[in-house]
Amino acid sequence: MTGTAALDDRSVYLRTLVVDALEGGGRGHVGAALSLIEILRVLYDDVLDVRPGEPGWPDRDRCILSKGHGCLALYALLADKGFFPVDELLRQCKAGALLGGHPEAHIPGVEASTGALGHGLSIGVGVAIAMRLQGRKSRVFTILGDGELDEGSVWEAALAASKHGLSNLTAIVDHNKLQSYGSIDEVLPLRPLDKKFEAFGFSVRQVDGHDVGALRSTLRELPFDAKMPSAIIAHTVKGKGIHFAEGDPAWHHKAKLDQATADELRRALEHI
Amino acid sequence: MRQTAMNAVFELAKRDPRVVFIGSDLGSGTLDAMKKEMPERFFMEGVSEAHIIGMAAGLAMNGYIPYINTIATFLTRRCLEQIAIDLCLHDLPVRLLASGGGVVYAPLGPTHMAIDDVGLLRTLPGMTIVAPSDADEMQRTMNATLNFPGPVYVRIAKGGDPIVSRPENGFEIGRPIVLREPGDVLIISSGVMTARALHAAELLGERGVEAGVLHVHTIKPLDVEAIVRVARVPSLLVTVEEHSLVNGLGSAVAEVIVDRNVMKPLLRLGLPDAFSSLYGSQDDVLRAAGLLAPQLVDSILAAVERVGVPL
Repeated sequence: MTGTAALDDRSVYLRTLVVDALEGGGRGHVGAALSLIEILRVLYDDVLDVRPGEPGWPDRDRCILSKGHGCLALYALLADKGFFPVDELLRQCKAGALLGGHPEAHIPGVEASTGALGHGLSIGVGVAIAMRLQGRKSRVFTILGDGELDEGSVWEAALAASKHGLSNLTAIVDHNKLQSYGSIDEVLPLRPLDKKFEAFGFSVRQVDGHDVGALRSTLRELPFDAKMPSAIIAHTVKGKGIHFAEGDPAWHHKAKLDQATADELRRALEHI
Repeated sequence: MRQTAMNAVFELAKRDPRVVFIGSDLGSGTLDAMKKEMPERFFMEGVSEAHIIGMAAGLAMNGYIPYINTIATFLTRRCLEQIAIDLCLHDLPVRLLASGGGVVYAPLGPTHMAIDDVGLLRTLPGMTIVAPSDADEMQRTMNATLNFPGPVYVRIAKGGDPIVSRPENGFEIGRPIVLREPGDVLIISSGVMTARALHAAELLGERGVEAGVLHVHTIKPLDVEAIVRVARVPSLLVTVEEHSLVNGLGSAVAEVIVDRNVMKPLLRLGLPDAFSSLYGSQDDVLRAAGLLAPQLVDSILAAVERVGVPL
Protein backbone atom coordinates (compact mmCIF):
# COMPACT_ATOMS: atom_id res chain seq x y z
CA MET A 1 0.00 0.00 0.00
CA THR A 2 2.96 2.28 -0.37
CA GLY A 3 2.53 3.38 -3.94
CA THR A 4 5.54 1.40 -5.12
CA ALA A 5 3.93 -0.36 -8.07
CA ALA A 6 6.03 -0.35 -11.24
CA LEU A 7 4.85 1.79 -14.13
CA ASP A 8 3.99 0.25 -17.49
CA ASP A 9 4.38 1.81 -20.94
CA ARG A 10 1.01 3.58 -20.89
CA SER A 11 1.74 5.14 -17.51
CA VAL A 12 5.11 6.32 -18.80
CA TYR A 13 3.52 7.67 -22.00
CA LEU A 14 0.93 9.67 -20.05
CA ARG A 15 3.76 11.13 -17.98
CA THR A 16 5.56 12.19 -21.14
CA LEU A 17 2.43 14.14 -22.07
CA VAL A 18 2.65 15.90 -18.70
CA VAL A 19 6.32 16.70 -19.32
CA ASP A 20 5.46 18.03 -22.79
CA ALA A 21 2.88 20.30 -21.17
CA LEU A 22 5.34 21.42 -18.50
CA GLU A 23 7.86 22.30 -21.18
CA GLY A 24 5.31 23.92 -23.46
CA GLY A 25 3.86 26.09 -20.75
CA GLY A 26 7.19 26.53 -19.00
CA ARG A 27 5.59 25.89 -15.66
CA GLY A 28 3.18 23.73 -13.71
CA HIS A 29 2.41 21.59 -10.71
CA VAL A 30 4.67 18.61 -11.23
CA GLY A 31 4.47 16.34 -8.22
CA ALA A 32 0.72 16.64 -7.75
CA ALA A 33 0.08 15.66 -11.37
CA LEU A 34 2.44 12.70 -11.39
CA SER A 35 0.91 11.11 -8.31
CA LEU A 36 -2.50 11.21 -9.98
CA ILE A 37 -1.77 9.57 -13.30
CA GLU A 38 -2.81 6.01 -12.53
CA ILE A 39 -5.95 7.08 -10.67
CA LEU A 40 -7.12 9.10 -13.67
CA ARG A 41 -5.88 6.54 -16.17
CA VAL A 42 -7.93 3.74 -14.66
CA LEU A 43 -10.95 6.00 -14.29
CA TYR A 44 -10.88 7.15 -17.92
CA ASP A 45 -9.69 3.83 -19.43
CA ASP A 46 -11.84 1.44 -17.46
CA VAL A 47 -14.46 3.06 -15.28
CA LEU A 48 -16.02 6.30 -16.47
CA ASP A 49 -18.84 6.21 -18.99
CA VAL A 50 -18.08 9.40 -20.90
CA ARG A 51 -18.24 10.54 -24.52
CA PRO A 52 -15.30 12.65 -25.67
CA GLY A 53 -17.31 13.86 -28.67
CA GLU A 54 -20.25 14.80 -26.45
CA PRO A 55 -18.77 16.04 -23.18
CA GLY A 56 -22.13 17.34 -21.92
CA TRP A 57 -23.95 14.03 -22.42
CA PRO A 58 -26.41 14.09 -19.50
CA ASP A 59 -26.00 10.42 -18.58
CA ARG A 60 -22.21 10.56 -18.34
CA ASP A 61 -20.27 9.70 -15.21
CA ARG A 62 -18.74 12.78 -13.62
CA CYS A 63 -15.13 13.09 -12.54
CA ILE A 64 -14.41 16.25 -10.56
CA LEU A 65 -10.75 17.00 -9.97
CA SER A 66 -11.16 18.84 -6.70
CA LYS A 67 -7.38 19.10 -6.28
CA GLY A 68 -7.31 21.30 -9.35
CA HIS A 69 -3.56 21.84 -9.18
CA GLY A 70 -3.15 18.28 -10.45
CA CYS A 71 -4.71 19.40 -13.74
CA LEU A 72 -1.79 18.45 -15.99
CA ALA A 73 -2.63 14.80 -15.34
CA LEU A 74 -6.29 15.44 -16.13
CA TYR A 75 -5.36 17.36 -19.28
CA ALA A 76 -3.12 14.48 -20.39
CA LEU A 77 -5.97 11.99 -20.01
CA LEU A 78 -8.58 14.23 -21.62
CA ALA A 79 -6.28 14.94 -24.57
CA ASP A 80 -5.43 11.27 -24.88
CA LYS A 81 -9.13 10.42 -24.94
CA GLY A 82 -9.85 13.02 -27.59
CA PHE A 83 -11.74 15.66 -25.61
CA PHE A 84 -9.40 18.21 -27.20
CA PRO A 85 -6.31 18.04 -29.42
CA VAL A 86 -3.09 16.84 -27.77
CA ASP A 87 -1.36 19.96 -29.11
CA GLU A 88 -3.31 22.05 -26.62
CA LEU A 89 -1.09 20.60 -23.90
CA LEU A 90 1.90 22.45 -25.36
CA ARG A 91 0.23 25.82 -24.88
CA GLN A 92 -1.01 25.37 -21.33
CA CYS A 93 -0.80 28.57 -19.29
CA LYS A 94 0.05 30.68 -22.35
CA ALA A 95 -2.04 33.77 -23.07
CA GLY A 96 -5.22 32.76 -24.85
CA ALA A 97 -4.66 29.02 -24.36
CA LEU A 98 -7.49 26.56 -23.80
CA LEU A 99 -5.77 25.12 -20.75
CA GLY A 100 -4.71 27.06 -17.69
CA GLY A 101 -2.87 26.30 -14.49
CA HIS A 102 -6.10 25.08 -12.94
CA PRO A 103 -8.95 23.32 -14.71
CA GLU A 104 -12.00 25.28 -15.80
CA ALA A 105 -15.42 24.03 -16.70
CA HIS A 106 -15.32 25.54 -20.19
CA ILE A 107 -12.67 22.97 -21.16
CA PRO A 108 -14.28 19.93 -22.82
CA GLY A 109 -14.35 17.11 -20.25
CA VAL A 110 -13.70 19.29 -17.21
CA GLU A 111 -16.73 19.09 -14.91
CA ALA A 112 -15.98 21.96 -12.54
CA SER A 113 -13.60 24.86 -12.23
CA THR A 114 -11.35 24.07 -9.30
CA GLY A 115 -8.10 25.37 -7.94
CA ALA A 116 -9.29 26.80 -4.66
CA LEU A 117 -9.34 23.71 -2.49
CA GLY A 118 -12.27 22.22 -0.63
CA HIS A 119 -14.95 22.82 -3.25
CA GLY A 120 -15.15 19.61 -5.26
CA LEU A 121 -16.76 17.27 -2.77
CA SER A 122 -19.65 19.67 -2.09
CA ILE A 123 -20.19 20.08 -5.81
CA GLY A 124 -20.01 16.28 -6.09
CA VAL A 125 -22.70 15.94 -3.43
CA GLY A 126 -24.96 18.28 -5.39
CA VAL A 127 -24.31 16.46 -8.66
CA ALA A 128 -24.91 13.06 -7.03
CA ILE A 129 -28.22 14.26 -5.60
CA ALA A 130 -29.18 15.66 -9.01
CA MET A 131 -28.39 12.32 -10.67
CA ARG A 132 -30.53 10.50 -8.15
CA LEU A 133 -33.42 12.97 -8.53
CA GLN A 134 -33.27 12.54 -12.30
CA GLY A 135 -33.12 8.77 -12.04
CA ARG A 136 -29.79 8.60 -13.84
CA LYS A 137 -27.27 5.85 -13.23
CA SER A 138 -24.39 8.29 -13.56
CA ARG A 139 -21.72 8.03 -10.91
CA VAL A 140 -19.78 10.91 -9.43
CA PHE A 141 -16.10 10.77 -8.56
CA THR A 142 -14.35 13.55 -6.69
CA ILE A 143 -10.58 13.43 -6.45
CA LEU A 144 -9.12 15.14 -3.41
CA GLY A 145 -5.58 15.91 -2.33
CA ASP A 146 -4.01 15.41 1.07
CA GLY A 147 -3.53 19.09 1.75
CA GLU A 148 -7.05 19.73 0.55
CA LEU A 149 -8.36 17.59 3.40
CA ASP A 150 -7.23 20.40 5.74
CA GLU A 151 -10.20 22.41 4.48
CA GLY A 152 -13.20 22.22 6.78
CA SER A 153 -15.62 22.37 3.86
CA VAL A 154 -14.46 18.89 2.79
CA TRP A 155 -15.78 17.48 6.03
CA GLU A 156 -19.00 19.47 5.81
CA ALA A 157 -19.49 17.82 2.44
CA ALA A 158 -18.56 14.41 3.85
CA LEU A 159 -21.24 14.72 6.52
CA ALA A 160 -23.81 15.63 3.89
CA ALA A 161 -22.77 12.81 1.54
CA SER A 162 -23.35 10.38 4.36
CA LYS A 163 -26.64 11.96 5.43
CA HIS A 164 -27.99 11.61 1.91
CA GLY A 165 -26.67 8.06 1.53
CA LEU A 166 -24.99 8.92 -1.76
CA SER A 167 -23.81 5.53 -2.92
CA ASN A 168 -23.32 7.07 -6.38
CA LEU A 169 -20.57 9.32 -5.00
CA THR A 170 -16.96 8.27 -4.51
CA ALA A 171 -14.25 10.38 -2.92
CA ILE A 172 -10.79 9.36 -4.07
CA VAL A 173 -7.89 10.72 -2.04
CA ASP A 174 -4.58 11.06 -3.87
CA HIS A 175 -2.75 10.22 -0.65
CA ASN A 176 0.84 11.14 -1.45
CA LYS A 177 1.48 12.35 2.10
CA LEU A 178 3.02 15.61 0.99
CA GLN A 179 1.52 19.03 0.77
CA SER A 180 3.07 22.24 -0.48
CA TYR A 181 5.34 22.99 2.46
CA GLY A 182 6.27 19.47 3.43
CA SER A 183 4.88 16.25 4.83
CA ILE A 184 1.30 16.18 6.04
CA ASP A 185 2.59 14.84 9.35
CA GLU A 186 4.55 18.06 9.74
CA VAL A 187 1.93 20.49 8.44
CA LEU A 188 -1.35 18.95 9.58
CA PRO A 189 -1.53 15.23 10.35
CA LEU A 190 -4.48 13.31 8.88
CA ARG A 191 -3.97 9.97 10.59
CA PRO A 192 -5.98 7.81 10.84
CA LEU A 193 -7.42 8.87 7.51
CA ASP A 194 -9.39 5.71 6.84
CA LYS A 195 -11.00 5.89 10.27
CA LYS A 196 -11.87 9.53 9.70
CA PHE A 197 -13.77 8.76 6.50
CA GLU A 198 -15.42 5.77 8.17
CA ALA A 199 -16.46 7.96 11.08
CA PHE A 200 -17.97 10.42 8.60
CA GLY A 201 -20.12 7.66 7.13
CA PHE A 202 -18.13 6.45 4.14
CA SER A 203 -17.36 2.90 3.15
CA VAL A 204 -13.59 2.95 2.74
CA ARG A 205 -11.00 0.98 0.78
CA GLN A 206 -7.28 1.58 0.53
CA VAL A 207 -5.26 0.82 -2.56
CA ASP A 208 -1.84 1.33 -4.09
CA GLY A 209 -2.60 4.36 -6.25
CA HIS A 210 -0.01 3.40 -8.85
CA ASP A 211 -1.09 -0.24 -9.17
CA VAL A 212 -3.34 -0.21 -12.20
CA GLY A 213 -4.67 -3.70 -11.58
CA ALA A 214 -5.45 -2.99 -7.95
CA LEU A 215 -7.14 0.29 -8.83
CA ARG A 216 -9.26 -1.47 -11.47
CA SER A 217 -10.45 -4.16 -9.13
CA THR A 218 -11.14 -1.69 -6.34
CA LEU A 219 -13.12 0.64 -8.58
CA ARG A 220 -15.06 -2.34 -10.00
CA GLU A 221 -16.35 -3.07 -6.51
CA LEU A 222 -18.14 0.27 -6.29
CA PRO A 223 -20.34 1.03 -4.54
CA PHE A 224 -18.71 -0.59 -1.54
CA ASP A 225 -22.00 -0.25 0.32
CA ALA A 226 -25.37 0.21 -1.36
CA LYS A 227 -26.43 2.89 1.11
CA MET A 228 -23.24 4.82 1.74
CA PRO A 229 -20.84 7.02 -0.18
CA SER A 230 -17.49 5.38 -0.91
CA ALA A 231 -13.99 6.61 -0.22
CA ILE A 232 -10.84 5.26 -1.79
CA ILE A 233 -7.57 6.20 -0.17
CA ALA A 234 -5.08 5.78 -2.99
CA HIS A 235 -1.55 5.59 -1.60
CA THR A 236 0.64 7.41 -4.03
CA VAL A 237 4.04 9.01 -4.39
CA LYS A 238 4.28 12.68 -5.20
CA GLY A 239 6.35 13.06 -8.35
CA LYS A 240 5.95 9.36 -9.16
CA GLY A 241 8.11 8.23 -12.06
CA ILE A 242 10.77 10.93 -11.81
CA HIS A 243 13.25 9.51 -9.33
CA PHE A 244 14.71 12.84 -8.27
CA ALA A 245 11.28 14.44 -7.82
CA GLU A 246 9.66 11.61 -5.91
CA GLY A 247 8.77 12.65 -2.39
CA ASP A 248 10.45 16.03 -2.76
CA PRO A 249 8.13 18.95 -1.90
CA ALA A 250 10.37 21.23 -3.99
CA TRP A 251 8.73 19.59 -7.03
CA HIS A 252 5.21 20.50 -5.92
CA HIS A 253 5.18 23.39 -8.35
CA LYS A 254 7.68 24.91 -10.74
CA ALA A 255 7.04 28.46 -11.87
CA LYS A 256 9.87 28.18 -14.39
CA LEU A 257 10.66 25.00 -16.21
CA ASP A 258 13.00 25.15 -19.18
CA GLN A 259 13.77 22.72 -21.96
CA ALA A 260 16.86 21.34 -20.22
CA THR A 261 14.83 20.44 -17.14
CA ALA A 262 12.12 18.92 -19.30
CA ASP A 263 14.79 16.77 -20.98
CA GLU A 264 16.01 15.68 -17.57
CA LEU A 265 12.48 14.66 -16.69
CA ARG A 266 12.20 12.72 -19.97
CA ARG A 267 15.51 10.92 -19.34
CA ALA A 268 14.28 9.97 -15.89
CA LEU A 269 11.13 8.52 -17.43
CA GLU A 270 13.21 6.50 -19.92
CA HIS A 271 15.02 4.82 -17.08
CA ILE A 272 12.02 3.64 -15.09
CA MET B 1 -41.04 39.74 3.62
CA ARG B 2 -39.22 36.53 4.47
CA GLN B 3 -42.52 34.67 4.65
CA THR B 4 -43.39 36.02 1.21
CA ALA B 5 -40.04 34.80 -0.11
CA MET B 6 -40.45 31.37 1.45
CA ASN B 7 -44.02 31.00 0.18
CA ALA B 8 -42.83 32.07 -3.23
CA VAL B 9 -40.22 29.30 -3.28
CA PHE B 10 -42.96 26.75 -2.70
CA GLU B 11 -45.20 28.32 -5.34
CA LEU B 12 -42.35 28.41 -7.85
CA ALA B 13 -41.51 24.80 -7.00
CA LYS B 14 -45.09 23.79 -7.75
CA ARG B 15 -44.87 25.52 -11.11
CA ASP B 16 -41.42 24.40 -12.08
CA PRO B 17 -39.80 21.03 -11.33
CA ARG B 18 -36.34 22.59 -11.51
CA VAL B 19 -36.83 24.51 -8.27
CA VAL B 20 -35.31 23.06 -5.11
CA PHE B 21 -34.97 24.60 -1.65
CA ILE B 22 -31.91 24.36 0.58
CA GLY B 23 -31.89 25.72 4.11
CA SER B 24 -29.07 25.81 6.59
CA ASP B 25 -30.52 24.59 9.89
CA LEU B 26 -33.37 27.09 9.74
CA GLY B 27 -36.15 27.53 12.27
CA SER B 28 -38.38 24.59 12.98
CA GLY B 29 -41.34 24.41 10.63
CA THR B 30 -39.74 26.33 7.77
CA LEU B 31 -41.56 25.45 4.55
CA ASP B 32 -43.24 22.45 6.14
CA ALA B 33 -45.85 22.40 3.41
CA MET B 34 -43.18 22.09 0.72
CA LYS B 35 -41.36 19.46 2.72
CA LYS B 36 -44.56 17.45 2.94
CA GLU B 37 -45.65 17.85 -0.65
CA MET B 38 -42.27 17.52 -2.37
CA PRO B 39 -39.76 16.11 0.13
CA GLU B 40 -37.31 15.22 -2.64
CA ARG B 41 -36.85 18.91 -3.45
CA PHE B 42 -36.66 20.18 0.12
CA PHE B 43 -33.22 20.04 1.74
CA MET B 44 -32.59 21.11 5.32
CA GLU B 45 -28.83 20.87 5.59
CA GLY B 46 -26.57 21.49 8.54
CA VAL B 47 -24.81 24.62 9.69
CA SER B 48 -22.46 24.27 6.75
CA GLU B 49 -22.99 27.24 4.49
CA ALA B 50 -19.81 26.78 2.46
CA HIS B 51 -20.82 23.22 1.63
CA ILE B 52 -24.37 24.23 0.81
CA ILE B 53 -23.21 26.67 -1.86
CA GLY B 54 -21.15 23.93 -3.51
CA MET B 55 -24.01 21.46 -3.27
CA ALA B 56 -26.33 23.99 -4.86
CA ALA B 57 -23.77 24.50 -7.63
CA GLY B 58 -23.72 20.75 -8.30
CA LEU B 59 -27.50 20.72 -8.54
CA ALA B 60 -27.57 23.81 -10.77
CA MET B 61 -24.96 22.30 -13.09
CA ASN B 62 -27.55 19.63 -13.80
CA GLY B 63 -30.59 21.72 -14.51
CA TYR B 64 -31.93 22.62 -11.07
CA ILE B 65 -32.63 26.11 -9.71
CA PRO B 66 -31.69 25.99 -6.02
CA TYR B 67 -33.07 28.61 -3.64
CA ILE B 68 -30.89 28.83 -0.54
CA ASN B 69 -32.00 30.56 2.62
CA THR B 70 -30.04 31.47 5.70
CA ILE B 71 -28.87 34.54 7.59
CA ALA B 72 -27.27 37.17 5.36
CA THR B 73 -23.98 37.45 7.22
CA PHE B 74 -23.35 33.71 7.14
CA LEU B 75 -24.37 33.52 3.52
CA THR B 76 -21.94 36.22 2.45
CA ARG B 77 -18.99 36.50 4.81
CA ARG B 78 -18.57 32.80 5.43
CA CYS B 79 -18.81 31.46 1.91
CA LEU B 80 -17.53 34.30 -0.22
CA GLU B 81 -15.12 32.00 -2.07
CA GLN B 82 -17.82 29.42 -2.76
CA ILE B 83 -20.11 32.14 -4.09
CA ALA B 84 -17.33 33.57 -6.25
CA ILE B 85 -16.10 30.30 -7.71
CA ASP B 86 -18.88 27.75 -7.47
CA LEU B 87 -21.64 30.17 -8.47
CA CYS B 88 -20.26 33.25 -10.25
CA LEU B 89 -17.39 31.66 -12.15
CA HIS B 90 -19.68 28.83 -13.28
CA ASP B 91 -22.52 31.30 -13.94
CA LEU B 92 -25.10 29.10 -12.24
CA PRO B 93 -28.73 30.02 -11.46
CA VAL B 94 -28.56 29.68 -7.69
CA ARG B 95 -30.66 32.09 -5.61
CA LEU B 96 -29.39 33.30 -2.26
CA LEU B 97 -32.24 34.42 -0.03
CA ALA B 98 -30.51 36.38 2.71
CA SER B 99 -32.45 36.83 5.92
CA GLY B 100 -31.75 39.90 7.99
CA GLY B 101 -30.21 42.12 5.35
CA GLY B 102 -28.89 45.31 6.91
CA VAL B 103 -29.39 45.84 10.63
CA VAL B 104 -32.54 43.75 11.08
CA TYR B 105 -30.73 41.63 13.65
CA ALA B 106 -29.57 44.64 15.66
CA PRO B 107 -30.35 43.01 19.01
CA LEU B 108 -28.17 40.04 18.08
CA GLY B 109 -25.06 42.14 17.59
CA PRO B 110 -22.41 42.57 14.90
CA THR B 111 -22.09 38.88 13.99
CA HIS B 112 -25.64 39.02 12.64
CA MET B 113 -25.82 42.46 11.10
CA ALA B 114 -25.29 42.45 7.35
CA ILE B 115 -23.74 45.86 6.88
CA ASP B 116 -21.31 44.62 4.23
CA ASP B 117 -23.22 41.97 2.27
CA VAL B 118 -23.83 44.13 -0.78
CA GLY B 119 -20.23 45.31 -0.80
CA LEU B 120 -18.84 41.78 -0.56
CA LEU B 121 -20.97 40.50 -3.39
CA ARG B 122 -20.89 43.60 -5.57
CA THR B 123 -17.23 42.94 -6.28
CA LEU B 124 -17.94 39.50 -7.72
CA PRO B 125 -18.26 39.28 -11.51
CA GLY B 126 -21.60 37.90 -12.65
CA MET B 127 -23.46 38.46 -9.39
CA THR B 128 -26.91 40.05 -9.31
CA ILE B 129 -28.03 41.80 -6.12
CA VAL B 130 -31.64 42.72 -5.44
CA ALA B 131 -32.96 44.50 -2.34
CA PRO B 132 -36.77 44.72 -2.53
CA SER B 133 -38.57 47.52 -0.71
CA ASP B 134 -41.42 45.50 0.75
CA ALA B 135 -43.24 42.19 0.70
CA ASP B 136 -45.12 42.98 -2.52
CA GLU B 137 -41.90 43.73 -4.32
CA MET B 138 -40.37 40.61 -2.82
CA GLN B 139 -43.10 38.63 -4.53
CA ARG B 140 -42.29 40.30 -7.85
CA THR B 141 -38.59 39.74 -7.26
CA MET B 142 -39.09 36.06 -6.57
CA ASN B 143 -41.18 35.60 -9.71
CA ALA B 144 -38.47 37.34 -11.71
CA THR B 145 -35.72 35.12 -10.33
CA LEU B 146 -37.13 31.92 -11.79
CA ASN B 147 -35.69 32.27 -15.25
CA PHE B 148 -33.05 34.91 -14.56
CA PRO B 149 -29.57 33.82 -15.68
CA GLY B 150 -26.72 33.45 -13.20
CA PRO B 151 -26.63 33.75 -9.42
CA VAL B 152 -28.98 36.19 -7.66
CA TYR B 153 -28.67 37.51 -4.12
CA VAL B 154 -31.96 38.67 -2.61
CA ARG B 155 -31.78 40.82 0.49
CA ILE B 156 -34.65 40.10 2.86
CA ALA B 157 -35.72 42.80 5.33
CA LYS B 158 -37.33 42.55 8.72
CA GLY B 159 -40.91 41.98 7.65
CA GLY B 160 -44.01 44.07 8.21
CA ASP B 161 -42.34 46.87 6.29
CA PRO B 162 -44.74 49.45 4.81
CA ILE B 163 -45.80 48.67 1.25
CA VAL B 164 -44.47 51.42 -0.98
CA SER B 165 -44.04 49.52 -4.24
CA ARG B 166 -46.86 49.67 -6.74
CA PRO B 167 -47.94 47.02 -9.24
CA GLU B 168 -48.42 49.59 -12.01
CA ASN B 169 -44.67 50.29 -11.93
CA GLY B 170 -43.98 46.74 -13.02
CA PHE B 171 -40.81 44.97 -12.03
CA GLU B 172 -37.78 43.87 -13.91
CA ILE B 173 -34.48 42.85 -12.34
CA GLY B 174 -31.97 45.55 -13.24
CA ARG B 175 -34.49 48.31 -13.97
CA PRO B 176 -34.83 50.96 -11.25
CA ILE B 177 -38.19 52.60 -10.58
CA VAL B 178 -38.91 56.33 -10.33
CA LEU B 179 -41.32 56.46 -7.39
CA ARG B 180 -41.31 60.23 -7.23
CA GLU B 181 -40.19 62.51 -10.02
CA PRO B 182 -36.93 64.33 -9.31
CA GLY B 183 -37.05 68.02 -8.45
CA ASP B 184 -34.33 70.01 -6.72
CA VAL B 185 -33.10 66.82 -5.14
CA LEU B 186 -33.06 63.16 -6.16
CA ILE B 187 -32.87 60.51 -3.47
CA ILE B 188 -31.58 57.19 -4.73
CA SER B 189 -32.35 54.32 -2.38
CA SER B 190 -32.77 50.58 -2.22
CA GLY B 191 -34.40 48.01 0.02
CA VAL B 192 -36.55 49.20 2.89
CA MET B 193 -34.73 52.54 2.92
CA THR B 194 -36.90 53.49 -0.04
CA ALA B 195 -39.91 53.84 2.31
CA ARG B 196 -37.85 56.15 4.48
CA ALA B 197 -36.65 58.04 1.43
CA LEU B 198 -40.25 58.56 0.29
CA HIS B 199 -41.19 59.80 3.74
CA ALA B 200 -38.20 62.13 3.74
CA ALA B 201 -39.20 63.42 0.30
CA GLU B 202 -42.67 64.27 1.63
CA LEU B 203 -41.19 66.08 4.61
CA LEU B 204 -38.79 67.95 2.30
CA GLY B 205 -41.76 69.04 0.19
CA GLU B 206 -43.32 70.57 3.27
CA ARG B 207 -40.08 72.49 3.70
CA GLY B 208 -40.18 73.75 0.14
CA VAL B 209 -37.64 71.36 -1.32
CA GLU B 210 -38.86 69.16 -4.16
CA ALA B 211 -37.24 65.77 -3.88
CA GLY B 212 -37.67 62.75 -6.13
CA VAL B 213 -37.05 59.14 -5.26
CA LEU B 214 -35.41 56.57 -7.52
CA HIS B 215 -35.81 53.07 -6.11
CA VAL B 216 -32.82 51.00 -7.15
CA HIS B 217 -33.95 47.53 -6.12
CA THR B 218 -31.19 46.00 -8.23
CA ILE B 219 -27.82 47.22 -7.01
CA LYS B 220 -25.96 44.99 -9.41
CA PRO B 221 -26.09 45.11 -12.35
CA LEU B 222 -26.70 48.82 -11.90
CA ASP B 223 -28.75 50.54 -14.58
CA VAL B 224 -26.17 53.20 -15.32
CA GLU B 225 -28.14 54.81 -18.14
CA ALA B 226 -31.24 55.22 -16.00
CA ILE B 227 -29.26 56.88 -13.24
CA VAL B 228 -27.50 59.22 -15.66
CA ARG B 229 -30.86 60.09 -17.23
CA VAL B 230 -32.68 60.82 -13.97
CA ALA B 231 -29.69 62.59 -12.45
CA ARG B 232 -29.83 65.34 -15.10
CA VAL B 233 -32.72 67.17 -13.42
CA PRO B 234 -31.81 67.65 -9.75
CA SER B 235 -29.10 69.87 -8.34
CA LEU B 236 -28.28 67.47 -5.55
CA LEU B 237 -28.06 63.69 -5.58
CA VAL B 238 -28.50 61.73 -2.37
CA THR B 239 -28.04 58.02 -1.80
CA VAL B 240 -29.63 56.33 1.18
CA GLU B 241 -28.74 52.79 2.14
CA GLU B 242 -28.92 50.39 5.06
CA HIS B 243 -25.34 49.35 4.45
CA SER B 244 -21.85 50.50 5.23
CA LEU B 245 -20.82 53.50 3.17
CA VAL B 246 -18.08 51.28 1.76
CA ASN B 247 -18.98 49.63 -1.54
CA GLY B 248 -22.75 49.70 -1.33
CA LEU B 249 -25.36 51.60 -3.33
CA GLY B 250 -23.76 54.98 -2.59
CA SER B 251 -20.40 53.79 -3.85
CA ALA B 252 -22.00 52.32 -6.95
CA VAL B 253 -23.79 55.60 -7.71
CA ALA B 254 -20.59 57.56 -7.03
CA GLU B 255 -18.85 55.42 -9.64
CA VAL B 256 -21.52 56.33 -12.16
CA ILE B 257 -21.29 60.02 -11.28
CA VAL B 258 -17.54 60.01 -11.81
CA ASP B 259 -17.36 57.63 -14.75
CA ARG B 260 -20.12 59.43 -16.66
CA ASN B 261 -19.04 62.92 -15.73
CA VAL B 262 -22.45 63.76 -14.27
CA MET B 263 -20.91 66.62 -12.26
CA LYS B 264 -23.58 66.84 -9.59
CA PRO B 265 -22.93 67.02 -5.86
CA LEU B 266 -23.60 63.66 -4.22
CA LEU B 267 -24.52 63.18 -0.57
CA ARG B 268 -24.07 59.59 0.54
CA LEU B 269 -26.04 58.54 3.61
CA GLY B 270 -25.54 55.10 5.09
CA LEU B 271 -24.08 53.17 7.98
CA PRO B 272 -20.61 54.04 9.26
CA ASP B 273 -17.65 51.81 8.40
CA ALA B 274 -17.83 50.21 11.84
CA PHE B 275 -19.29 47.23 13.66
CA SER B 276 -22.26 48.18 15.80
CA SER B 277 -22.84 46.82 19.30
CA LEU B 278 -25.69 49.18 20.01
CA TYR B 279 -28.27 46.35 20.09
CA GLY B 280 -31.85 47.62 20.43
CA SER B 281 -33.94 47.61 17.25
CA GLN B 282 -33.29 48.12 13.55
CA ASP B 283 -34.61 51.67 13.95
CA ASP B 284 -32.30 52.28 16.91
CA VAL B 285 -29.27 51.48 14.76
CA LEU B 286 -30.64 53.48 11.85
CA ARG B 287 -31.27 56.40 14.18
CA ALA B 288 -27.70 56.21 15.48
CA ALA B 289 -26.54 56.45 11.89
CA GLY B 290 -28.91 59.33 11.09
CA LEU B 291 -30.98 57.26 8.68
CA LEU B 292 -34.55 57.77 9.93
CA ALA B 293 -36.69 59.98 7.71
CA PRO B 294 -36.53 63.19 9.78
CA GLN B 295 -32.76 62.80 10.08
CA LEU B 296 -32.46 62.27 6.33
CA VAL B 297 -34.34 65.53 5.91
CA ASP B 298 -31.92 67.38 8.20
CA SER B 299 -28.89 66.00 6.36
CA ILE B 300 -30.37 66.78 2.96
CA LEU B 301 -31.39 70.32 3.95
CA ALA B 302 -27.90 70.95 5.26
CA ALA B 303 -26.45 69.69 1.99
CA VAL B 304 -28.92 71.79 -0.02
CA GLU B 305 -27.63 74.83 1.80
CA ARG B 306 -23.99 73.76 1.55
CA VAL B 307 -23.98 73.14 -2.18
CA GLY B 308 -26.27 76.08 -2.90
CA VAL B 309 -29.16 74.27 -4.57
CA PRO B 310 -31.24 76.94 -6.34
CA LEU B 311 -34.72 76.58 -4.81
